Amino acid sequence: MTVDEPSKTASSLNVIVATDCGSTTTKAILIEKVGDEYRQTYRGEAPTTVEAPFEDVTRGVLNAVAEIEELSGRKILDGDRIITPCQDAKTGVDIYISTSSAGGGLQMMVTGVVQNMTGESAQRTALGAGAIVIDVLSSNDGRLPHEKIERIRTMRPDMILMSGGTDGGALTHVVEMAEFIAAAEPRPRFGATYKLPLIYAGNKAVREQVTKILGEKTALEITDNIRPVLEQENLGPARHKIHDLFLEHVMQQAPGYKKLMAMAGAPIMPTPAAVGVIMEAIAKREHINLIGVDIGGATTDVFSVFDGTFNRTVSANLGMSYSISNVLAEAGLANIMRWVPFTIDEQTLRNRIKNKMIRPTTIPQTLDELQIEHAISREALRLALIHHKSLATGLKGVQQERTISDVFEQQTSGKTLIDMLKLDLIVGSGGILSHAPRRVQSMLMMVDAYEPLGVTRLSVDSIFMMPHLGVLSTIDEKAATDVFVRDCMVYLGTCIAPFGKGKDGERCADYEMTMPDGTTIKDQLTFGDLRLYPLEVGQTATIKMQPAKGVNLGAGAGVPFTREVQGGVVGLMLDGRGRPLQLPTEQQARIEMLMKWYNAVGLYPLSDQ
Amino acid sequence: MAHSYTPGLTVTDRTVIRRRRQLPLHGTVLVQAGDYVQSNQPVARAELPGKVYPLNLANQLGVAPDEIPEYLVKKIGDTIHKDEVLAENKPLFKWLKTEIRSPITGTVESVSTVTGQVLLREPPRIIELLGYVEGTVVEVFPHEGVTIECACSMVQGIFGIGGETYGDMVIAVDSPDQPLTPDRLQAEMKGKVVVGGSFLPAETMAKAKEIGVAGLVVGGIHDKDLRALLGYDLGVAITGSEQVGFTLILTEGFGTIPMAQKTFALLSTHAGAKASISGATQIRAGVIRPELIIPQAGDSVTHAAGVQPERGGIQVGDPVRVIRDPLFGKIGQVSALPSDLQTIPTESEVRVLEVRFADGSHAVIPRANIEVIEGA
Repeated sequence: MTVDEPSKTASSLNVIVATDCGSTTTKAILIEKVGDEYRQTYRGEAPTTVEAPFEDVTRGVLNAVAEIEELSGRKILDGDRIITPCQDAKTGVDIYISTSSAGGGLQMMVTGVVQNMTGESAQRTALGAGAIVIDVLSSNDGRLPHEKIERIRTMRPDMILMSGGTDGGALTHVVEMAEFIAAAEPRPRFGATYKLPLIYAGNKAVREQVTKILGEKTALEITDNIRPVLEQENLGPARHKIHDLFLEHVMQQAPGYKKLMAMAGAPIMPTPAAVGVIMEAIAKREHINLIGVDIGGATTDVFSVFDGTFNRTVSANLGMSYSISNVLAEAGLANIMRWVPFTIDEQTLRNRIKNKMIRPTTIPQTLDELQIEHAISREALRLALIHHKSLATGLKGVQQERTISDVFEQQTSGKTLIDMLKLDLIVGSGGILSHAPRRVQSMLMMVDAYEPLGVTRLSVDSIFMMPHLGVLSTIDEKAATDVFVRDCMVYLGTCIAPFGKGKDGERCADYEMTMPDGTTIKDQLTFGDLRLYPLEVGQTATIKMQPAKGVNLGAGAGVPFTREVQGGVVGLMLDGRGRPLQLPTEQQARIEMLMKWYNAVGLYPLSDQ
Repeated sequence: MAHSYTPGLTVTDRTVIRRRRQLPLHGTVLVQAGDYVQSNQPVARAELPGKVYPLNLANQLGVAPDEIPEYLVKKIGDTIHKDEVLAENKPLFKWLKTEIRSPITGTVESVSTVTGQVLLREPPRIIELLGYVEGTVVEVFPHEGVTIECACSMVQGIFGIGGETYGDMVIAVDSPDQPLTPDRLQAEMKGKVVVGGSFLPAETMAKAKEIGVAGLVVGGIHDKDLRALLGYDLGVAITGSEQVGFTLILTEGFGTIPMAQKTFALLSTHAGAKASISGATQIRAGVIRPELIIPQAGDSVTHAAGVQPERGGIQVGDPVRVIRDPLFGKIGQVSALPSDLQTIPTESEVRVLEVRFADGSHAVIPRANIEVIEGA
């Protein structure tokens, strides 16, 4: 099918099969209408078959769907074909849809004129469209011209996005970059014979010159300027163009994708783009600010929606298996070890991490191995959020009106949009979070890594079906919402973390909680305390807190507050460890502190004893 | 999950492999289908366009970009030598004259009157693609490359660094559990592929470099020694282009781990034979493992080559290697395959299997944590 072909109508959808073709595993889910609502009923998975010897992504899809067939008793496959629409109550499905990140996903190179202005806008455009940005080239990136050309030559992106110059702004630098690209003659990653897709979304005054320089050498597409004026970004048109070219060019070259596109009843979306769609939908529906994270084996994606602004980043080399060694390299051994509640010599730990890198499918078998993986994941999550904060910013280079009160503030334009105090919900996804043996482990990993402030709800994706639901929401919003609420999101609970500093044992806040059964709990939270109260999914409790002087819960330092808080499978966590979270530097004291916290929330089996 | 995904490493005395040899860009194939080629024989050749050097003449001459054609001494397509004059101004007074000389030898590729930039390109570089393995050319892809089929003994490693190389194989230890200490390397091992036992210390790496050993094949190394060898901490296992003086293949992993008896025995029987090795490793998407290939010249080539028989999953009796602590590196045989999920000490419920080791002991291990040793 072509991208313009209308999707199958949503009204008649009762049975839906959706797949996500990941770099290692293809995951299929079956969604059925049960009564008036949609539910996810069965799932199957199989190794992805993009690479040799199969070189046909549909093999993995059919294997994963065959597993659903086996489990559900529904006949879905007729040889190599998915039966659509439903023939009867036990045969066929109404629609098949898919997302894909197989073969390394969509890899893009972007260019701009000024690195932290149009360069960043171009980066945000590509990331928001679900791409991995392999390099950002700009006129002021510090590289010499011949180094830029050499870099373009050696990279093999799936697509290039060129931006730069506001409309009516810089001309020469844009043309110069076009000349560099033309000289480098970049070649696409897949397919030796086709032209590399290149989107020009820069100063409209030089479209003609860019066409002259690159029209012959690339599959050039021109779209609206992503930064028409300094004060405004217009990322939508370029993102749509990226998606179109992804389907028209890139996917056509990947093994088996032509077949996959013919099988699917709606355009195939890059996995992160689909997850972004669902994140935006939650934030919009519930009028909240959220951070979503998908920590995979190779990469960690972070999504955020703050005051309606969506951002996505991908930390391409932070992950829990293929990239685990890179987490060690980036975070440093000391940062990982600070979360481990025992001692281990450096050499053993380094060797173990490398062994996980070269055998990525292995699982922790002993408790200490699990604790090491959880320590590494805290650091991967933390680093990915730092990366996200640096890109999810207001526009840089914009002149700001200042009042007299701003005189003493050393704030420049381009401040991060991520305000932990305004954050309402953290959504975690990916094996280490979704499959942690105890849900409290996922909750504490996210709390330790993100250090939420004030009141924040936490949840995880039960079996990683957000990509499937993202693409489903583009054709049937209700079905996607139903499944998302009932089967996808597992609410872990709420974390209340006052921010401020104090010595261990000093008063942090007094609190009074009214539990769902009417009982009241009155107590004092001291610095260094971590407490957990059971509060089930769907239940709420009212908490009144009186913070100590200088301690803030969101209403201001020392200002009391009352909130209704939601429960979850873990419950209500009161985190009096202070912000920023600091661990003792002395080894024995640190281990004792960790054990105290871990025992307080029942984190690991040994701590039960 | 119905599919138990346990990728194994091949260690086999007799197999037929196919290796695709592909140019990075279009060029000329130098051999024909049916030719028998040597590992160091060029099979295809291409011209890699030279590097591009941009020069902003408008800035250097202090003139407007659209004026630069008037100042150019060379035209587009002209050949130019290093330090030859590319452009010059024509002032009234001689001492105000500015000459712009070429920083390279090459050709003038383009001139832009918008940016004032001139692009110079170096002459193309010839790339020769070698056969890598000794065998018969079975497929020719015009302008792109060939496929070579080779009857051989093969050992796949788990991780390696460095590119393709060749050399006679020499066994430098007496048993697979002996470390490859520096005293075991001799000057006559120059250009050879040296097989060690359980461990490769940093001092041996230094000596191997000094002697000029072509390749090292050992059970394990320490991560810190790898870091010292590379000069950086390897973050993602995509290797093959490192230049550390030799190609390195690990058969077991990181740490001190005896080389599997089967691997050591196979390599020992071929001591003195010519071997092709490659350290290229890529764990993610399209697994590439390092390999050691010993061609079996004279063996007849079958046409069923390249197609590995499909495994029916793990079976009782299969030789396996434990690939995760606490028993990392131990080798045994599958003794039972219980189908029910079992709770392991982490509290995860997983599929497990039972392994019997040579000393008669048994252990229950998650299926994800073992690797079948493939190959007959």
